[in-house]
Amino acid sequence: MTDLAASAALPKPSRDMLPALLPAILALAMLPLIGSPSSWVTLTVASLAMGMMIFIMASGLTLVFGLMDVLNFGHGAFISVGAYAATLVLLPLAPYVRADSLWLNLAVLAPAAVLSMAVSGALGLVVERVLILPVYGQHLKQILMTTGGLIVAEQALYALWGPQIIPLPLPTSLRGSFIIGDIAIAKYRLLAMLVGLVVFASIQLVLNRTKIGLLIRAGVENREMVEALGYRIRRLFLGVFMVGSGLAGLGGVMWALYREQVHASMGNDLTVLVFIVVIIGGLGSIGGCFIGALLVAMVANYGGFLVPKLALVSNILLMVAILMWRPRGLYAVTSR
Amino acid sequence: MMILSGDPPRSRVLSILLVVIIAALAVTPLIFPGAKAMNVATKILIFAALVASYDLLLGYTGSVSFAHTMFYGIGSYSIAIALYSMGPSWAAVATGAVVGLPLAMLLALGIGLFSLRVEAIFFAMITLAVASAFLVLASQLSWLTGGEDGRSFQLPELLRPGTVLISKNVFGFELNGRVLTYYVIFIACAAMILALLRVVNSPFGRVLQAIRENRFRAEALGFRTVFHLTYANCLAALVAASAGMLNALWLRYAGPDTSLSFSIMLDILLMVVIGGMGTIYGAIIGATIFILAQNYLQALMGAASNAASEAGIPLLPGLLHPDRWLLWLGLLFIASVYFFPTGVVGRLRSAGRAAS
Repeated sequence: MTDLAASAALPKPSRDMLPALLPAILALAMLPLIGSPSSWVTLTVASLAMGMMIFIMASGLTLVFGLMDVLNFGHGAFISVGAYAATLVLLPLAPYVRADSLWLNLAVLAPAAVLSMAVSGALGLVVERVLILPVYGQHLKQILMTTGGLIVAEQALYALWGPQIIPLPLPTSLRGSFIIGDIAIAKYRLLAMLVGLVVFASIQLVLNRTKIGLLIRAGVENREMVEALGYRIRRLFLGVFMVGSGLAGLGGVMWALYREQVHASMGNDLTVLVFIVVIIGGLGSIGGCFIGALLVAMVANYGGFLVPKLALVSNILLMVAILMWRPRGLYAVTSR
Repeated sequence: MMILSGDPPRSRVLSILLVVIIAALAVTPLIFPGAKAMNVATKILIFAALVASYDLLLGYTGSVSFAHTMFYGIGSYSIAIALYSMGPSWAAVATGAVVGLPLAMLLALGIGLFSLRVEAIFFAMITLAVASAFLVLASQLSWLTGGEDGRSFQLPELLRPGTVLISKNVFGFELNGRVLTYYVIFIACAAMILALLRVVNSPFGRVLQAIRENRFRAEALGFRTVFHLTYANCLAALVAASAGMLNALWLRYAGPDTSLSFSIMLDILLMVVIGGMGTIYGAIIGATIFILAQNYLQALMGAASNAASEAGIPLLPGLLHPDRWLLWLGLLFIASVYFFPTGVVGRLRSAGRAAS
């Protein structure tokens, strides 16, 4: 009889690395197709920046679904509300935005981002209490309620700000690009990548290194058990919902600056993209959401460059391909 | 009773309402031959059928689809493209139908097999994604669809407004091609709604309701739920595409705004929920209320908005602006999902039951 060595380390859980490598594989595979390395670098940076922005918007949605089984079809509303909230700071302080000083520009951008996160987060509080609380556990009603919320939010934005497109110029010091050899990298894209990485890293840190993160992950796996251990998971969920809404607002500001305009329909347009990302990543998975966002952005950028006609349906094709491979998304977290 | 498939309105008020609505729609061309009234009546007819087919999905199987306008649009565009490229002939109408209906059904089959295996939420997201891709596709492929401008076309001789079949001095009203088109649409929509009523009251419809209530149990009883759901999805798509064809015939035009846009999808959702999910009759009530509100409430709101801005009240003019009527409808929608999820029809039925 072999004695079971109790002191031996537990076998390490096997890490599923293939999906995580997918963006890198895709990027490398595109290099020979695109040909010129300089346009490849530009396209890759563009996709990384776009992917980070989409990730920021989508992260809240996937967490909210994973934790509480609530799919918020009105998530796009937080994106537009965040963008509009930023105009409250950026338009009156336009001289500072136009000033050719990085610090002055950032001194305006930071409060704008904070304000939009606060406004979206506060709206998230209201939406959770008013729209979602009464219909926990009823998917059909959740979809209907949050869709109704999206309509009301969009119309309210039109009523308050008017239906016209609001131009939102990029701060002067973030315009243009760094030129290295014959490679041009837009400055704003670098900033977007930086912010995205910081958000991703902090979400991962909170989820993996703090007690709240432990509770959230436990709640995703088994909500009832966490409740049975005496934690008020409803409150936890409210917190996650508000943070998720706030992040959507931040993503909205960044997207608005990227496109240099604000319109109430942008939330609606981005909802589809965000949904595709969340489905590809696996509902409830932050890592999957990150990879999904990168993949969607890469397919959009490379596809738009190589076969412009295909760009219209490239996201759908990507989603179909991924779901053929893994029907529950890249990283399936929930058993639901 | 036979014609209603043994599923009468089951409420006196509801029966009276339905009779009034149908009678009013039946005589509209005779009493209000004006263009506006005719357009409103036709829109009610077409949307009643479209919403009823959506009700088959939402109310009877409990799956939320955001791709219903896509099928509606396929119907519209197939007629428009056929008549545009082949000229105004009945052969073109037939070609449009022969191409459009199977196309809609195949697409519904594909989406269904792909996404109905899993949960309702998944289906909702996939349909939303596919529908938005289709919308982009339709507005970009301008050599085929006319892009943002859409396609205008000529109708076959018989259906044109200029064709007078019976002149005014025989019965006291003129029966022209326009009126004939109206009655074709009337009969087609009535037939589709009655057929849907038949479907939901068949054993097949009972299985759909069982799936809605408890999919796991329905599966345990031996029903192949994916097959049933996909079948329902295809049926709904067929009816939606037919409604789209009728819409194109009436408007003599198909474009992204009239047949594909996301706002039409929201309109359909609002109509189903306000009318009453899972009743089919709710589609008629919901479509009537919604379209009347859309066409006549806006004028009222405009007047109120002007009054508010003259009185100098801040914010209110913006909120009451006629273009913001969806804001109020959205609030009504949320309230009705929350407070009376069974809609007008459910309310009337339970009120009738309480009284008797």
